[in-house]
Amino acid sequence: MAQLQAKQDALSARISGLDLCREGWTASLRADALTRLSAMGLPGKRDEYWRYTDPSSLTAVEAAPAAPFIAADEKMVFSGIDRLRIVFVDGVFDADVSDDLEMAGLEISRLADAADQHWARDVYGVLETQGQTPVQRPLAALNTAFATDGILIRATGQAKMPISLIYLHKSDTSDVILHHCIKVESGAELTILENGPAAARFNSVMEVDVADDGRFHHIRTQGRDHDRRAATHLFGRLGQESSFKSFTLTANGRMTRNEAVIEFTGDDAIAHVAGAAIGDGAFHHDDTVFVTHGAERCESSQVFKKVLKNGAVGVFQGKILVKSNAQKTDGYQISQALLLDGDSQFLAKPELEIYADDVQCSHGSTSGAIDEGALFYLRSRGVPEREAQSLLVLAFLAEALAEIEDEVLAEDVRIGMENWLARHGGA
Amino acid sequence: MLEINNLHVELEEEDKAILKGVNLSIKAGSVHAIMGPNGSGKSTLAYVLSGKGGYEVTEGSAKLEGVELLDMEPEERAAAGLFLAFQYPVEIPGVGNMTFLRTAVNAQRKARGEEELSAGDFLKVVREKGKALQIGSEMMKRPVNVGFSGGEKKRNEILQMAMLEPKMCILDETDSGLDVDAMKLVSEGVNALRDAGRSFLVITHYQRLLDHIKPDFVHIMANGRIIKTGGPELALEVEQNGYADILTEVA
Repeated sequence: MAQLQAKQDALSARISGLDLCREGWTASLRADALTRLSAMGLPGKRDEYWRYTDPSSLTAVEAAPAAPFIAADEKMVFSGIDRLRIVFVDGVFDADVSDDLEMAGLEISRLADAADQHWARDVYGVLETQGQTPVQRPLAALNTAFATDGILIRATGQAKMPISLIYLHKSDTSDVILHHCIKVESGAELTILENGPAAARFNSVMEVDVADDGRFHHIRTQGRDHDRRAATHLFGRLGQESSFKSFTLTANGRMTRNEAVIEFTGDDAIAHVAGAAIGDGAFHHDDTVFVTHGAERCESSQVFKKVLKNGAVGVFQGKILVKSNAQKTDGYQISQALLLDGDSQFLAKPELEIYADDVQCSHGSTSGAIDEGALFYLRSRGVPEREAQSLLVLAFLAEALAEIEDEVLAEDVRIGMENWLARHGGA
Repeated sequence: MLEINNLHVELEEEDKAILKGVNLSIKAGSVHAIMGPNGSGKSTLAYVLSGKGGYEVTEGSAKLEGVELLDMEPEERAAAGLFLAFQYPVEIPGVGNMTFLRTAVNAQRKARGEEELSAGDFLKVVREKGKALQIGSEMMKRPVNVGFSGGEKKRNEILQMAMLEPKMCILDETDSGLDVDAMKLVSEGVNALRDAGRSFLVITHYQRLLDHIKPDFVHIMANGRIIKTGGPELALEVEQNGYADILTEVA
């Protein structure tokens, strides 16, 4: 009980400075979220789900300062892509540098000024609530209760270009909570890009409801600020024959916890969640994924690769839950770390829980050093050691990168990886 | 071209002497073969010359055109003109064969202060040189050596050699794992590279490779030393009588 009390106290302190919006269509949804949150309390390091990642910097009353990283000699990722830009500076929407929130086949609005009777009332906090069982995710409930803004997008047709959420970070002490809702209607298709560090501390939730035959693509690169911290949740609910593909590149950042919570509700759907993380030094990166197969013949894949050096820590908690009705499920999960020195660590907890009897699920997890034989082979052909290491690191990450369907976007992300490698001594 | 002088090498890990005073002088444009029983140190010699880790040179020198190789990093030796065709070419998943080759060619050009080849020029040369070795675009697209047959791997080694145009080529048991047709193809690839300015050191167990790649000199290596040197007829002698006679004769 003492632990619970401590959690409640921590929660009271954490939310004491936050405003609970009591007006508009989200008011009751926010109040519900606060009720959920109060019952859970904030996560503590003794919680099983936080065994490998200390949540204290994510739950602290104030965000630890983080200076923005400026790479003037590098172009920002996605800058050459035709896209609709929506820019947040330290969590505040910047209309001057954003494009008009209009595109054929899409309804786009901001959480902060969305009118009543909004379609998003069936999404906002709804997927998050479902994602709270069987594992609690208090930071997501906190987000639903206190998010200051976010983007609401309903796709009814084929979006002609990606929606690009750009999170700029200027203030050393910014502490930001954004909440996005996406609804991909039947037969519609949408690509969301996210990039940038957003804030010194960033709590983000994206709820994605994909109706039958809908297609959703998500490509994210989290900013390079060394000291930034982020807790993100990506909730996906998939209808029949729909598809959901998400890829995240994380380079730097002192603390990142990316949770993906996917649920199949319709048959014959596909969900792929992938990530590449590259960290040097004070870097803690946690991918926590929970995929629930609740329908037949769905395919899920989790591909996570981490390259770690100088004491960087990588965590992977991935679960595939196959319910008794989810026959012919095809589940795949791989998590791998390339440890470039003896100081780095990779902690993995792959889990399968299967109640149906006719399924195919495989999982694997490895960690290892760079292949010396391959390194020598490259050097013997004249490739300098640094360059050879970079080639091998990129090759290691390639399986995750291959999850990006669009070749132009994939190339853009790959260049981002190369730039990072160039800055970090070849690997 | 290559001057090896009293080369002594030990395994770093176990303090075991492998090479015990190798002397070898190879002139520009000549082809030397090294034969010898298993464990005589042939592959070690190839690895030490190309700079593989795990070996300690305790004495001696190896100079390429008068410059000490043993002080250089593997990539510097390659840029200086040394090439080793591996007995077991390494598989590198995730790195395309074309990317690999272009990176290598341009890294060497850069190290020598030459201009890098453009993608278009490079492609043209690869196509032309690949054709003779029956390496098509499909093999170039695959990851380096991944899923290649034994013959494809060795042909791929020769293509790298043809593209990198080294001065001193070491072939470590390039005939192992090859059928008769593949051996012919590989040998033709090697012979096409024979040139007054280019030398070869061919390590093999069998005389048959030397029917295709005709050596100027044959050396017999045993117990970490070169114990006998002769002309091509020495290889025939080994083929007929094995090493026993030579070993007794020298002992």
